[in-house]
Amino acid sequence: MSQTTAAFAESLGRVGATLHRTDAAGVRAALREAVAPPAVGSRVPIADVSLDDAGIETDPTVRQLREARTGVTPAAFAVAEYGSLAIRSRPDGDEPVSLYPERHVAVVAASDVLPDMDAAFERLAASFGRGEDSVVFATGPSATGDMGALVEGVHGPREVHVVVVEDR
Amino acid sequence: MSDSRRRRAEHIRRLMAAEGASIREQSSRLNRNRIDATADFAETEALRDRAREIKADAIADLPALIDRVTAAVEDGGGHVYLADDAADATDYVEAVAADRDAETVVKSKSMTTEEIGLGDALEAAGVDVWETDLGEFVLQVADEAPSHIVGPAMHKSRAEIARLFNAHFDPEEPLETADELTAFARDFLGERVREADLGITGANFVLAESGTVVLVTNEGNARKTAVTPDAHVAVAGVEKLLPSVEQLQPFVELIARSATGQPISRYLSLFSGATDSPTLDFDRPDDPLGSGDRDRAFHLVLVDNGRTAMREDDDLRETLYCIRCGACSNSCANFQAVGGHAFGGDTYSGGIATGWEAGVHGTDSAAEFNDLCTGCSRCVPACPVKIDVPWINTAIRDRLNRGADPGAFDFLVDGLAPDEEPAGLDPQKRLFGNLGTLATIGSATAPVSNWLADSTPVRLALDRLFGIDPRRDLPEFRRETLVDWAADRHAGAGPEPDQEVVVYPDVYTNHVHVERGKAAVRALEALGVGVVVPALPESGRAPLSQGMVGTARGQAAALADALAPHLDAGRDVVVLEPSDLAMVRREYERLVPDGTADRLSGATYDFAEYVYGLLANGADTGPLPSAAAGHTGSAGDAGVVYHGHCQGRTLGIDAYVEAVLDELGYDVIASDVECCGMAGSFGYKAEYYDLSVDVGEQLADWIRDHPDRTVVAGGASCHEQLDALLDRPVSYPAELIAPVPDGRPGDA
Repeated sequence: MSQTTAAFAESLGRVGATLHRTDAAGVRAALREAVAPPAVGSRVPIADVSLDDAGIETDPTVRQLREARTGVTPAAFAVAEYGSLAIRSRPDGDEPVSLYPERHVAVVAASDVLPDMDAAFERLAASFGRGEDSVVFATGPSATGDMGALVEGVHGPREVHVVVVEDR
Repeated sequence: MSDSRRRRAEHIRRLMAAEGASIREQSSRLNRNRIDATADFAETEALRDRAREIKADAIADLPALIDRVTAAVEDGGGHVYLADDAADATDYVEAVAADRDAETVVKSKSMTTEEIGLGDALEAAGVDVWETDLGEFVLQVADEAPSHIVGPAMHKSRAEIARLFNAHFDPEEPLETADELTAFARDFLGERVREADLGITGANFVLAESGTVVLVTNEGNARKTAVTPDAHVAVAGVEKLLPSVEQLQPFVELIARSATGQPISRYLSLFSGATDSPTLDFDRPDDPLGSGDRDRAFHLVLVDNGRTAMREDDDLRETLYCIRCGACSNSCANFQAVGGHAFGGDTYSGGIATGWEAGVHGTDSAAEFNDLCTGCSRCVPACPVKIDVPWINTAIRDRLNRGADPGAFDFLVDGLAPDEEPAGLDPQKRLFGNLGTLATIGSATAPVSNWLADSTPVRLALDRLFGIDPRRDLPEFRRETLVDWAADRHAGAGPEPDQEVVVYPDVYTNHVHVERGKAAVRALEALGVGVVVPALPESGRAPLSQGMVGTARGQAAALADALAPHLDAGRDVVVLEPSDLAMVRREYERLVPDGTADRLSGATYDFAEYVYGLLANGADTGPLPSAAAGHTGSAGDAGVVYHGHCQGRTLGIDAYVEAVLDELGYDVIASDVECCGMAGSFGYKAEYYDLSVDVGEQLADWIRDHPDRTVVAGGASCHEQLDALLDRPVSYPAELIAPVPDGRPGDA
């Protein structure tokens, strides 16, 4: 495991997210492990990775979004130091799909796991330059302390899984 | 005490009883988390400097940033409205709502929308408004105001929220646990979000170049609010503008650490205008995402509401750097005891609230709570953008003093008080601001002055005329001042010292706590340093703490003049009272010319800091008593509980105290209580006595947990508070470090 992946694993552990490491061929199996059906998803733009025939509805209706237990999306990149996932606001629906279901499964290429915020902001500045300028850094499940104790699973997901696809 | 003081005291007592426990538990927990998170993060200090610089530049460049963000948002098809004031802003949002026939609006948490009263304005226009942040939702149901910038319902316990929800919603099964309450609120608000026609958010930052609204949340409500309805209105003060995404990074790494101690919030959302996310029409559930009738719409409402004037105001400008993290509230001992319903104005709470309220609602809005900032300065190292929150409070206090009506008691003090303050100044403030004059008279007439001061008629008069609480013991003035003692003292017969220092006879050390001064002189002499104790002017601390800036400036100039010949002669200045050291090191840059402040600050040391320097430069600890040998009053006990003075802690002098005591063999446990609650005059004031004692009890309780250790505290105020609350003696660091009097004439 690279130093960055190790740091990412540690950060995900700290924020209560579950890490699945695989290569492209193993993504199907990793998703079976990570996904609780019914699931909706948005297309994952990683070579040789597809959500088709994985029991994930990639062109969901509003009802399916509401009733899904899992939402699967790509993460444009991740930040190892913080355990953060960059979720873009794409027409495919990454934002609502990662937000509405109680479990979010993010798929990210190992080469897109960046070590720290310096690297993340370099990437961010480049994508802003291309006009890709709406993105959410999601770090662990949604949470609140407003009801007198820390509770996870508020307006956003209660569980977060991250599938890191190692480069061949 | 006067009726107005009595009412204020009563108000504070009521809030402490009703809300204090919940506020203390949560704000002190967040404070500990912040301290841990920033200490663990090596870049903290560099990022604070960078963040402040970015904010300062952005505020300086504000008109250009407003133009840039307008162009960027309009390029993306969105709308920007620059609102002059609250009514202008709410009118615009009402028009947007009406234009979209909005029946239901969902909001995420935003102090700026609280400031302009947006929720009430929309409700009055017939729109249903729902707060989706769970804390704000609790307040909406309870019809109460926020008590904290970040945790608006911090004053409510879980049990209170459960009672509130059960009474208001009458659920089939009564709600009890935090999980149940959260699930109920999520489901209830989920429906509101799905049916909403308009989503309103605030903005933690706005990036001009790309027209991006940046939102920091943990619950995910801002995401849902922004992305679920077709239309998103973001309301932000103009001060939230940053040039571009490149300037955002330091704030991302600081804001959550400062607010809650998290490395980063659960969600950091960057939305640039109407996003590419598909629209969601929950009325047509079987259509795919994005098939709604309307495209996304985006409005950015930039609120001025006094901010342009703040930008021109030298004392208020840096309020605009505030990123609303609440660290100044959490690090404040008074806030931890009373919360924002006492320590806050119409909208904002905590130390920075004085700047915000004075700026957006007017100086009077800060009047009710401004006194609660004691200037302890513990918020200064907490602030991620290094705002001098105590100075803002002092400057506004000065304005309030100057705006006061001439009062009935001015004849009592006009002839007596050599200050430069206006008629009408609260006689209580004038009395404490002229502490040095009082002390001089007190010493000159001691012990009669002390007997008189203890007499019932005098205490009643002090209470009635000046609001001095009769439950407080007054300082006991010593007939022989430190300056008198030093002048009469026969110096040791040792070799001529090659180094000479001035020990500064501050008011307390000179007139009241004289032993501390004597100990310091003995210790320095034992380490081979020659000591002079000249009569010197006051530092200006006493008037500054009362907002009497003009008087403080005069005293600062006089002290700088009086010390100049000593500095010319190569003497350093050793200060015993941390509040006076903080004057020189922190406040003088605002009170005396730059060169003077720098020179003085560079030559002035805390006593323990100076001793530490001597030891580090090869001085031998031999002449100083080791812990094993014991010191006056401690009977050889090497265990110490140490409470550093708040302002001294901000200057970083605790490390020297602990290092020197450690060197002498003491085992030191240091308190993490931010302030003892006495804070100079604060604990004497009748309207604040109960609050002061409540704060002090936090420290006293901690000390009581260490019954076998010697109690050491750094400041005169800390001593007065602990003397009143503990039945154990309290020592100064100098008293442990100094050799015991050797019986030479004049040594004791």
